[in-house]
Amino acid sequence: MSYIAKPAARHPQMPRNAIGLTPRDYEGSMSTLCAGCGHDSVTAALIQAFFELAVEPHRVVKVSGIGCSAKTPTYFVSEAHGFNSVHGRMPSVAAGANAANRELLYVGISGDGDSLSIGLGQFCHAIRRNVNMLYVLENNGVYGLTKGQFSASADIGSLSKAGVANRQGPIDPVTLALSLGATFVARSFSGDKDQLVPILMAGMRHQGFAFIDVISPCVTFNDHEGSTKSYAHTRTHMHEVVETDFVPLKAEIRTKYDEGSVKAVTLHDGSTVRLRKTDPEYDPGDRRAVLDYLGATAAEGEVATGLLYLEGTEDDMHSFENTVDAPLVNVPFDTLCPGSAVLDEIQEEWR
Amino acid sequence: MADHGDHGVNDFAFKVATVNGTGSASANGLLLQALFRMGIPVTGKNVFPSNIQGLPTWYEIRVNKDGYTARSPDFHLIVAMNPQSYARDIEEVVSGGWVLYDNTRELDDKFRRDDVNFIGIPLAEMCVSEFDGSRTRILMKNITYVGALVALLDIDMDVVKGMLQQKFSKKQHLMDANFKAIDMGYAYAREHYDCPLPIRLETMDATADHVMINGNTAAALGCVYAGATVGAWYPITPSTSVMDGFSQYCKRLRVDPETGKNNYCIIQAEDELAAAGMVIGASWMGARAFTPTSGPGISLMSEFIGLAYYAEIPSVFFNVQRTGPSTGMPTRTQQGDLMMCTYASHGDTKHIALFPANPKECFEFAVAAFDLAERFQTPTFLVSDLDIGMNDWMIPRLEWDDDYVPDRGKVLSAEELEEAESFYRYLDVDGDHIAYRTLPGVHPKGAYFTRGSGHDKYGRYTEGSAEYMEVVDRLLAKVNSAGDRVPEPELHQGAEPTELGMISIGGCHWAVLEARDDLAEQGLAVDYMRIRGFPFNETVERFLEQHDRVVVIEQNRDEQLRKLITIETQCPKEKLGSITYYGGQPLSKGHVLDGLAPWIPELAGGGATPGFADAASDTAVVEVAP
Ligand SMILES: Cc1ncc(C[n+]2csc(CCOP(=O)(O)OP(=O)(O)O)c2C)c(N)n1
Ligand code: SF4
Ligand SMILES: [Mg+2]
Repeated sequence: MSYIAKPAARHPQMPRNAIGLTPRDYEGSMSTLCAGCGHDSVTAALIQAFFELAVEPHRVVKVSGIGCSAKTPTYFVSEAHGFNSVHGRMPSVAAGANAANRELLYVGISGDGDSLSIGLGQFCHAIRRNVNMLYVLENNGVYGLTKGQFSASADIGSLSKAGVANRQGPIDPVTLALSLGATFVARSFSGDKDQLVPILMAGMRHQGFAFIDVISPCVTFNDHEGSTKSYAHTRTHMHEVVETDFVPLKAEIRTKYDEGSVKAVTLHDGSTVRLRKTDPEYDPGDRRAVLDYLGATAAEGEVATGLLYLEGTEDDMHSFENTVDAPLVNVPFDTLCPGSAVLDEIQEEWR
Repeated sequence: MADHGDHGVNDFAFKVATVNGTGSASANGLLLQALFRMGIPVTGKNVFPSNIQGLPTWYEIRVNKDGYTARSPDFHLIVAMNPQSYARDIEEVVSGGWVLYDNTRELDDKFRRDDVNFIGIPLAEMCVSEFDGSRTRILMKNITYVGALVALLDIDMDVVKGMLQQKFSKKQHLMDANFKAIDMGYAYAREHYDCPLPIRLETMDATADHVMINGNTAAALGCVYAGATVGAWYPITPSTSVMDGFSQYCKRLRVDPETGKNNYCIIQAEDELAAAGMVIGASWMGARAFTPTSGPGISLMSEFIGLAYYAEIPSVFFNVQRTGPSTGMPTRTQQGDLMMCTYASHGDTKHIALFPANPKECFEFAVAAFDLAERFQTPTFLVSDLDIGMNDWMIPRLEWDDDYVPDRGKVLSAEELEEAESFYRYLDVDGDHIAYRTLPGVHPKGAYFTRGSGHDKYGRYTEGSAEYMEVVDRLLAKVNSAGDRVPEPELHQGAEPTELGMISIGGCHWAVLEARDDLAEQGLAVDYMRIRGFPFNETVERFLEQHDRVVVIEQNRDEQLRKLITIETQCPKEKLGSITYYGGQPLSKGHVLDGLAPWIPELAGGGATPGFADAASDTAVVEVAP
């Protein structure tokens, strides 16, 4: 979006965040998605998360591939640069951008076709590379934009709109991310904003690759009876394993849960994530146990949700690459160019 | 060549035939460097298989007192170290030439030729008796043949030993072994043969202002000097050494002395698609970013290249060409990607491309590529090839202007944005077809949505015909205007245009120059232009106009440069002839002279260029109404 001055007058009752902005300041242009599309709810949750974190809009970078889901970065934070790249390749664009400027907040929006079919390789490698970003996969079990073909996340037996059952096994991005070593892995539902917002906030503050798979129904092509990615099916089968409370740096910790079931994880920037386990046996810090648990719930047709696995770490692509702390785009040319004297020295070795 | 009357001192070619993985590379490097240090113009070309160990490999060295560096297929001497390839190696020696072989085992009579001289040296036997351990024996066999060549060719022993001393100054036992092997080969040759041979070396002073380097290393250094900070790549021969070089020089020159952290980020991508995406992401963010690859990689990057073209994201691609299509002959050279690079991707696209002819230009054009990419906000290709990229070239010393300021193009700063009333990403406010660009994170007023989908000049999504066409028409005008900024064609011509002209590109240059000098000696002047950049400009157009017939010389089957010229200039197709060679070896002057024969009556009859039988057999000549 090119910059178009916003009307100065604001609704006096609008809440303001720590930097004096209102939720309106985190909006984008009007959505052109189908009315009721899950993706629009994810956009709304993102706007709230940005607002609550009091992020400077122009310090956000929005990246996506191609799909209905990939269109949504236009619909939030219009004062942020956005990049709607090519189908399935957003992770590489994000990695390159992040390599060049590590100081900005990267938010990637993808779809199940974008991440699990054409872009499966890039998705996996972004996790391995640990690109510092929030990666939101808006998962509807179909290719929305090309009109409803099954995607790789469609469950066996799930029915297409025309009544055909899917026969191929699904790729579950959550277990995939876990097995590839992701340090922040969550699943949520576009229809559950209360659950979604704190997870998005925690994901934005997490150091490294933060992955959230959001079941986000496609009302036009995959919301019928027999679909396992419909609103109705998700509502009845969703099972919240951990409740997430995001506590920003310096904020007072509200003792909301009984301490025995709470696991607190401190993030890189000093903020805290408090995870309340609905199942006392569940341990969101034990990767292997989480994988087992997810396997068992999936076998029962249940959809486990929440911030399922979290590890507070200092690592990301830059720590692997040992890059300087300042963004590379800010390193002055004088520092980068060795000059003629060094060139002469080097050439002595070429004789 | 039947006689070597004019060959002899500082003017001949020889080649070492060995087995891949036996450590001959360092012995051959030693030879090449020794000749260079003797002040004699020299080139080394490595002809290697796509294999790690066990297949035949060759190293060709040409010495030429006049400074000609093109490949010469006329070998006066073969060091035949590989029984597997004896037949073809011995076959290739010119009549009257020499074959140096290991006579530990007697040479089968079937390999004998009456018209060449055999020099047997019991390399294996001597090494077995003097050294322990099979690996050492194999390595020292290489150094022993170097010792024999020192005697046979009259190489300066002090220079060779000086180099060994330098190399092994900290490893006394290796130095001792190497000295022993060198002396052993030298003594045996002196004792058993007339040394030196008629083909021999004499110290000159023709390399003082030169260095010896390959194009990939030079290109990598160019990236360091241009201020590139992000490099993304996926390994592929023959481009891999670009990133090896970049990484090596960055480790040396780009580590912050205080923190020990890197002022660069090199990402080994999962494939070339990702490498392209990373370059585009980093460039969009404002870094100078590049990816080195070869033809198959450019194929994979093509979707992204279209995005970068349409969304106007500066991005630098190095294509070190190899013999295609598909895996083709990955360790042989070709110029088969000229068309692909200039028009890569779907839809209407056209790209800036630079064509270096040697490592010096790889360095200079690497820097230019970043300037052009950022000035014109578009993908820019540096198109070299395996011969330039991986072989050892003698080039004039590189120079660097410490006053160089990178051209970052039209980028609005935070201050400029603060003052601006409005900013529209794709609006041509200056009338130069280039819109202003903003970088993420700089200022809220600079924010816009970068997309590969239809957009109007304000950067807004559109599916409107007029709005769409307005933008793509500007893109064409923009890229065309780069024709005046790419390196100018290099012209070799007299005061009056000759009737016939020649055009070539990239590494063809050296063979063409040599052929042109040969013709001049016969009193035949032919004007010549080497194209160094795309889009073509007025100079190209004028050269075509000034000559009645123009022969385009290039290294691919499909006459890609000739076709590009017919597409992009006013030149009538009938006027253009073609000489192509695409067998995977660097071009030699024989290819050019044989190809020219139908065009130059004085050369006609086929026998005009004796000694180039090899070239004639695989040179295709397309006759277009000469
Ligand atoms: C290279 C390429 N192939 C195919 C397409 C066509 N295409 C556009 S979106 C899409 C699928 C999107 O599915 P998903 O990522 O699940 O997004 P959704 O629309 O469901 O949100 C496809 C196949 C394309 N844009 N590019
Ligand atoms: S087609 Fe489906 S995914 Fe696309 S906008 Fe409509 S409801 Fe959403
Ligand atoms: Mg989908």
